[in-house]
Amino acid sequence: MKDILVRIGGEGGEGVISCGEMLTTAFARSAYDVYTFRTYPAEIKGGPAMFQVRASDAPVLSQGAAADILITFNEEAHQLHGNTIRPDGLLVYEPAHYKPEGTFECYAVPLDEITLNVVKSKLGKNVVALGVCSRILGMSIELLEEMVRDRFGKKGEMVVAKNIEALKAGYDYVDKHPFKKDLPKFAAIKSPIKRIVMSGNEALSIGAISAGCRYYGGYPITPASDILEFMEKDLPKFGGAVVQTEDEISALASVIGASFAGKKAMTATSGPGLALMVELMGLSAMSEIPCVIVDAMRSGPSTGMPTKTEQGDMNLAVYGAHGDAPRIVLAPGDAEECMYLMIQAFNLSEKYQCPVLYLTDQSLAHRTQTFPWPDFKRVPVVNRELPTEKDLKEGYVRFKMTDSGVSPMALPGMEGGCYAATGLEHTEKGAPNFTPKMHTQMSFKRARKIEMASRESGFTARYGAKKAKIGIIGWGSTQGAIREGVDMAAKAGIPVAHLQVKMVYPLPEADIKEFLSSVEQVIVAELNYSGQYNQLFRSRFLLPTIAMTKCEGLPFYAEEILAKIQAVASGSEQPVAGAVLSR
Amino acid sequence: MAHTTADYKSEVKITWCPGCGDFAVLNALYQALVTMDLDPKNVVVVSGIGCSGRLPIFVNSFGFHGVHGRVLPTAMGVKIGNPKLTVIAVGGDGDGLAIGGGHFPHAARRNIDITYIMLDNNIYGLTKGQASPTTAQSFQGKSSPYGVSEENLNPIALALAYDVSFVARAYSGQLKHLSDLMVDAVNHKGFSFVHTLSPCVVFNDTYKYYGKKVTPIAPYENTSSKMRALEMWQDKEHIFLGTFYKDETRQTFNERIRDIIGQFPRDDEKYFRELVNRYA
Repeated sequence: MKDILVRIGGEGGEGVISCGEMLTTAFARSAYDVYTFRTYPAEIKGGPAMFQVRASDAPVLSQGAAADILITFNEEAHQLHGNTIRPDGLLVYEPAHYKPEGTFECYAVPLDEITLNVVKSKLGKNVVALGVCSRILGMSIELLEEMVRDRFGKKGEMVVAKNIEALKAGYDYVDKHPFKKDLPKFAAIKSPIKRIVMSGNEALSIGAISAGCRYYGGYPITPASDILEFMEKDLPKFGGAVVQTEDEISALASVIGASFAGKKAMTATSGPGLALMVELMGLSAMSEIPCVIVDAMRSGPSTGMPTKTEQGDMNLAVYGAHGDAPRIVLAPGDAEECMYLMIQAFNLSEKYQCPVLYLTDQSLAHRTQTFPWPDFKRVPVVNRELPTEKDLKEGYVRFKMTDSGVSPMALPGMEGGCYAATGLEHTEKGAPNFTPKMHTQMSFKRARKIEMASRESGFTARYGAKKAKIGIIGWGSTQGAIREGVDMAAKAGIPVAHLQVKMVYPLPEADIKEFLSSVEQVIVAELNYSGQYNQLFRSRFLLPTIAMTKCEGLPFYAEEILAKIQAVASGSEQPVAGAVLSR
Repeated sequence: MAHTTADYKSEVKITWCPGCGDFAVLNALYQALVTMDLDPKNVVVVSGIGCSGRLPIFVNSFGFHGVHGRVLPTAMGVKIGNPKLTVIAVGGDGDGLAIGGGHFPHAARRNIDITYIMLDNNIYGLTKGQASPTTAQSFQGKSSPYGVSEENLNPIALALAYDVSFVARAYSGQLKHLSDLMVDAVNHKGFSFVHTLSPCVVFNDTYKYYGKKVTPIAPYENTSSKMRALEMWQDKEHIFLGTFYKDETRQTFNERIRDIIGQFPRDDEKYFRELVNRYA
């Protein structure tokens, strides 16, 4: 099995990210699976930037830890990432900048000089570096040339020619200056599966369009802004409207307005924006108007660390409201799932006429992964239940009590369908009503819908050992790292079962109960300080689960999952009572 | 068959205090809907929170009583969701100038084709008498026992400054004029604003004050002159009623959205293919 991790570090604005992106596409076009990860400063120009790509001929589950190859554009990149090279790895460095030492092989490539000689300017260093990388990795130059053409073709032949020259210069340098380390070669392989490379943000945007989203309202915020940009560019092609609103409150207000008028609508934000949307989430629940809200979580609280990842908005997503405002919360586990689960998000919102929150995070939003060419028909699209002609003729009742709690929703323009949606407590017909009986009945109706949603199947994924004493539960972007950690544990002789929960709230109880009864100890793993999901689990199932938390602004590493499993297996880690604060 | 006011009255009992200015606004709206002969099913009245927020519930049309201060973005969503609808936003002075004050300029710069009727009673009525952004400084009430510390806002001045494309003022004491202005506002192509003086008889009864001050804008005034409009709102002697300013040459938000979408002939399959290919 080939499995390689290439990390590229340099100054923001030097082309570290674009070099990494092109390398990623080259891997994908050569039919390898990739998984990328990036960090960048909160500033636009300057500050350290890092891009890494892990590629393999087997599925890649996580970003990986130690680098097989580290490419540094400057000395600072070495200072920051030098300790992440494998002891037997390869360091590509710029001899004009510094002279590194280590157990790894130090391979000097005068990137600046080559770029100046060939391209006659400092720009183009990233493409030279790409040429160096691709030669080291044994990729075909033809494939890379084609990619450069695709990427720069719009800018004209001159630009294409310059870039191909830069690419070849890097490629030739490696040919003339051999390195010693024996690395796997990534020549293109034949594969029946056509692959695409997409980030979580891109995948969920396409998923939303294919689910029928035709109105998007949003306000820029890292790391969700690219969803707004994607929609601005592409939604009109499908007849949809996009508004960059004046704030997150108006974003969700307009989404709910558009949905009231009959359009499938969504917004996307990050923690600070979600906090502003809380009141309107209650309105959506109360007036039973479908809407989809994406929260690409970042480190909080307050402004926190805007470019760093975290799963800290769980409590806000699940409980954020005054009063009881039942909603559904989904969390996709990888980029491919971002696409398909998004269709489910719209489906559930339409079916249960309630807000659906969609939790991703910075790492999932911005990392790219390969997955097979999408099949949009895989998840059939569901539309909200409309009143029948009979309903409309015989005195329409908007909030009619039904077994499922769901009542047919009339749209403006429907003869006989007139009603006023309101955030006030109301009767079945929608008239304000503050009696004890009505508030009890309607609270039940709204909660009933969510109870029905908890019985939906297909919102968990089990992985790992069929029989195991230790179970590990995760949600959202951590899926791959947990799976890889579970695989490592299996190799170390510890069978572990893993359940990834896609419907974070309400809990898909049947699946979870089955899982819980099959194991003796349960670890709940998540990327926040207090173990928010663990607390939800404990209170729902009255179980002494073991929290695994991490609050560094970074994703889990598979090795960390393994270490936790080993600690639990050896008995050194036991469940503790109360909140998980002391470690 | 033409509609009558009965067609627009809902079954819900009206909960405003006897004598409230909002009754006149509601009746003027019924009358305006009759004049325009709009089908109730194609009308959406959207509101925020406060006494005036209840208004959609009393109208037999589609209605949306949302959250405090967000009437304009909600109404925008409805209008974009279905551009064929006639969308009328209503809300109070607190709703539109305090908590929701940030949305007014953006509705104006979008020139979204909706009508915004601000029922200005110069007080927070439903919370029982606190000073609002339009309460006079001399007003002594529960939240301003020594008078109001802030100067009061002038909604007409704001609308003119934000370049709202239809700016008018009406008064609950003159129902026919109010109703006629509503018709003009709804018929206006673009964002229209009707500042409506609608006194609260319980907490800040301004009927007598307004009765003396209100003056119709002279018929010879040029509604395309913003300078003249600015002079009129600054007039200390009179509170002018009528249309201050009107510009129908501007493109509406829905037209701009239509133009953007119109660049792309419908072919979903092709666009999905192109989209996915971008990532191959």
